[in-house]
Parts: sequence; C-alpha cells; structure tokens
Amino acid sequence: MDVLALLADGFATSLSPLNLMIVILGVTAGLFIGAMPGLGSVNGVAIVLPLTFIVPPSSAIILLCAIYYGAMYGGAISSVLLGIPGSSTAVATTFDGRPMAQQGKAGLALIAAAMASFIGGTISVVLFTVFAVPLADLALAFGPAEEFALVLLAFTTFVGLGGDDVLKTLIMICLGLVLSTVGLDLISGQPRLIFFDEPGFYSGISFLVLAIGVYGVGEVLYTIETQRKSPSVTPAKLTFKELWLGMKAINRLWKTMSLGSFLGFFVGMLPAAGATPAALMAYGMAKTTSKSPETFGKGNIEGVAAPETANNAASTGSLLPMLTLGIPGSPTTALLLGGMVMWGLVPGPMLFIEQPDFVWGLISSLYTANFAAVAINLALIPLFVWALRMPFTVLCALVLVLCLVGGYAPSQKLHDVWLILGFGVAGYLLRKADYPLAPLVLALVLGPLMEKSFRQTLISEQGNVMAFFERPLSASFMAIALLFFLLPLLKVLRKNISKDKVAPAE
Amino acid sequence: MQAADRLIALSIIGMSLYFMSDAVALPIGWNGETGGPGGGAFPFWLSLIMALAAGGVLVRSFLQDRTQQAFFDHVTLRSVIAVTVAVAVTIALMPYAGSYIAIPLFMFWYLKIYGRHGWVLTGILTLSTPVFLFFFFEVTLKILLPKGWTEPLFIPLYATFF
Repeated sequence: MDVLALLADGFATSLSPLNLMIVILGVTAGLFIGAMPGLGSVNGVAIVLPLTFIVPPSSAIILLCAIYYGAMYGGAISSVLLGIPGSSTAVATTFDGRPMAQQGKAGLALIAAAMASFIGGTISVVLFTVFAVPLADLALAFGPAEEFALVLLAFTTFVGLGGDDVLKTLIMICLGLVLSTVGLDLISGQPRLIFFDEPGFYSGISFLVLAIGVYGVGEVLYTIETQRKSPSVTPAKLTFKELWLGMKAINRLWKTMSLGSFLGFFVGMLPAAGATPAALMAYGMAKTTSKSPETFGKGNIEGVAAPETANNAASTGSLLPMLTLGIPGSPTTALLLGGMVMWGLVPGPMLFIEQPDFVWGLISSLYTANFAAVAINLALIPLFVWALRMPFTVLCALVLVLCLVGGYAPSQKLHDVWLILGFGVAGYLLRKADYPLAPLVLALVLGPLMEKSFRQTLISEQGNVMAFFERPLSASFMAIALLFFLLPLLKVLRKNISKDKVAPAE
Repeated sequence: MQAADRLIALSIIGMSLYFMSDAVALPIGWNGETGGPGGGAFPFWLSLIMALAAGGVLVRSFLQDRTQQAFFDHVTLRSVIAVTVAVAVTIALMPYAGSYIAIPLFMFWYLKIYGRHGWVLTGILTLSTPVFLFFFFEVTLKILLPKGWTEPLFIPLYATFF
C-alpha cells in the first residue's frame, strides 16, 4: 500500500527526538489546559500559538495538534473530579462520570475516559489516514468556483445545523467576513475599511488577534462570572488493580466505542457540528442501544466511554477537511489553519504534493500523540487532582498576561493588543447575548479565500454568475449549501403548518 | 436581557452602517473592466446583510414577551469592569513605563487586590512572570517587548544575553 509507505516515512519525521519531545510537551500542556474548567482546546491553541515561534513551523503545527489532542483527553478530568466540564466538549462525560466519582469510583471513571479517548483517537486517526489521500485527490480538481462553493457550504452548515439562533449566526458570519476584508483589497491592492485612518489596519486584522481576544480575554471575563466560588475536587486514587479493572470494563464496550468513533469522526468533519454534539449524540446512542438504559446517568461506565470516544474522534475528524480541503472542521482547526498559512504551509491538496514530509509527519504524529496522551493522562492523575485546586484568579491572571504579550509578539504592534482587548469585551458580551462565536472565527479565517475565489471565478468567466452552477462539483456544493440555508426556513414553515392544523380545533 | 439584546442589535446596525460608509470608497457595484464585483462590494453587501439581520433581531425582540432575567448582576458587572479597566491600564502603560513595570503591576493588582491571595503566592508569581517573559520572548525569540522609560536599564542585560 502506498499510504503505508508514506506513513512510514512520516514516522521517520515524527519520531525524531525534537518532534517526540514536542508531542509529549504539547500533550501534557493540552491535558492541563483541557482539565482546567473554562479552558478548552480552542483557548489553549489561541493562547499558545504565539509561543510556538520558538520551534520550526512544521514542529509548531505538531505541537498545536498535540495540545488539541491533549485537551480532548483532559476535558474528562474535571468532568469527573469537579462535575464541571473542563471544556464544552466534555459536557456529556459529566452525566455518568460525576455519579461514578460520587460513588467513590473516580479513578475507574478517569481510566475509562482515558482508555476510551485513546480508542476513539486511534480509530479516527486510522480513518483519517484512509480518507486523507482520496479526499486530497478529489480536491485537486477544484477550481476557484468549487472553492467558493465549498466555503459557502461550510458557512451554511452553521445556519442549517448549528442549532443557534439563525439571525445571530448570520450576523456573526457576515461580521467575520467583513473583518477579513479590512486592509488591502486582494485584487486591486487599494486600501479599504481603514477604520479611523489608523495605520494599524493596513495590514488587516489577524485571525490570531481575534482568537486571542475572543478565546483568551473573552473567556477569562466569562469565567469570572461562571466560576465565582472555588469548586470542590473529588479525590481520586489510582492503583494497578483499578487500572486492570478499568481495562476489563472497557474491553466489554467495543460496540459502543466503535460506534462512537465513527459517529464522532464524521460529525466532527462538519464545521458547525464538532466534538460537543458528537459526544452528546454518542451518549444518546449508547443509551438507546443499551440493554439497561435506566442505569445511564447514575454512574454507568458506558456513559463515560461513549462521549469520550466520540469527542476525540471528532477532533481528528475536524482535522481532515482542514488539511485536505483547507476548510476547517472546528474553531480549533480554524486556528491551526490560520497558523499554517502564517507559516507558509497552506493547507489543501497541494500540500500533500508539495510537502509530503510535513503532511505525513503530522499524520503520524497524531498516532504518537494518542499514545503519549493516554500514558501521560494515566500517570499524572494525582497531579491533575492537585492542579484543579488552583484558584481561578491565579489561572486568569496568567492567561491575561499571556494574551497581552502573546498578542504583541507576532506583529509587535500595540495596536493589535488594543484590538485584543476590544474583541475580548465584545466577544464576551456577544456570547452572553447568545451570539455563536465559532462562525465568527471561521469566517475571519476563510474570508480571504472566499472573496478571492468568488472574484477570480467571475473574472475568468467574464462576470457570468451562473459559472458556480455550471460545473458539476461546484453546482452540487451550491445545491447542498442552499439546502442547509433553507433548512431553518423549512422548520419554521412546518411549525406554522402544524399550528394551522391545530388552530381550528380550538 | 431584552434591553441588552436590543442595545447589541442596535450597535451592530450602527457598526454595519459605518462599515458600509467606509466600503463605498471603493467600487461596490459591478466592475465592467474586470468582469467582477469591485473592491468595496464584499464588505458593503455583507454589512448590509448584517444590518438587516440585526434589524430582524431588533424587531423580534419587540414581538417577544418580556423576560425578567437580568443580563448582568451587580457583582459580575463590577468584576468584569474592574478586570477590563485593569487590562486597559496595563496596555496603556506598556509603551511608557514598559512591559516589565506594567505587567508585574497588573499581576500584583489581580492576585493581591482583586484575588485576595497571600503575599508569598503574589510575590512568587509577580516576580517570576517577567523573568520568564524576558527569557522566552527577548532572549530566545528575539522579540523585544515595549520598555518605554525603562529601556536604559536593560542595556546591561542585552549586553549579557545577546
């Protein structure tokens, strides 16, 4: 098999001492970030990204992916020990993880979560390896028309499947796209939207500034409100006997875990869905297919395993469209995409041809990251129990300082630091008012591609708007996009029709 | 809650209008020569959609029943404003007093005054953070943080580490 040879080459890269060290470092940092209530993978990647200038670009991406992975494992830790999800992706893990901890089985729950994460992660990385090349090959046939249609499709998934308020989602997508146009016009090179004639806007608004603002400063402001009193940590002890028991218990759950992995992987690929709904869906599915659904929510180990396999699989799934098509499947992968573009490694099918060493090094590092994550997770449980006692104000102070300095470092302009504060406060207020933030970040990252592909298509087709519907691939993307866009409208119509039917009976 | 919702929707409309007035500096219509939309088209029409959607949110909020839930409670509002102002003061101080004064000051305020932590914890974190920042950003990454008036004090350190 061709893929196996490429993967073997990749391992030669990812098993080099530097990259191995980076994976271990990243996974450990990710575990801690994920375990801290309030901080998830997206916050971790946003805050750490400016610090990754310290290693070469390809290693920096491996580091960020390792953090992403580690954070997915780590989310379960506070779900079990505090009963507060460490990140939104671990919400479903609290349903049964918390009762298990209260029954004195916290150690078992943590082992189950770690093992399930490992299995979900591994199955999904294998799926990733299988699908990556065919998808990248397909994407090679894409012209600007297809690119535009695909980006549009990615945005419409938020409208159709996001589950948030449709109008507010639409506002956030447009805001992100408009902010992405600040600076110089891509085609004519003229300056546009230079607010208040500030020279800082000539270079545009970096995705990093928005991400650090929204996910760093904004998140801290949000936690100030939600975590006012310090939480109580359930002690967890870990013995080899429990490890053995945990493995035995996990061994009975293969059906649930493989279902969760597949579900998570494919749900994770959709920009609007991702790890949180995937975990909830896997939990629901495990419950309905279980022979004893009444034990769920009362400390059933299956209820820990199902969401944990799914959220890890979803994080791998969201990497697939990012790396092969250049369309991120989650806010975290949107930041990874932005980082890669910043370092000159533009994701998409050409990356597989031009930089095979990097691509396969990255893919193989996902395998090593999984091994490292499960081992470090199990080994450091006592340390997490201790770290979770850290007062919130300490964590927030450190995060804010990292946001200030990390925001300054890439461009070395205080203008960007002020923008970070502005985005932080705005993002916090918008989030409180139920505006979804993921589409905003995704739109800022994808905005330049969307505008460029739109205008390139029209220029090459002499202004023929129908060009998007004349090519089979782009036409089908447009059709699906239209469907997603109309989905909320159809829902409203159906509601009204059923209301009308009920009305005469009154 | 509703008042806040309306206020946010109104500010989005205002912002969209501002974006639109800025975008018209470039052609927003069809550019006959190149056969595509002009440079201002993307921001202009998207801002228009944004304004219309925000208008929708505004109209909807008047059609809905009133909710009593408050957007902010007093404790939250005070904390959020305090932290925001502290961060703003820190950024404002950075170009004048330098990062190595502004950041420890911020940490001292956050840990000791806002967080009410002990002197030992505050001291350790307040003093070790700038040392870490110096070695990480300046020595390793060669990214110089703003120093303002404190610049001369760093000349011997530069001589040692660069």
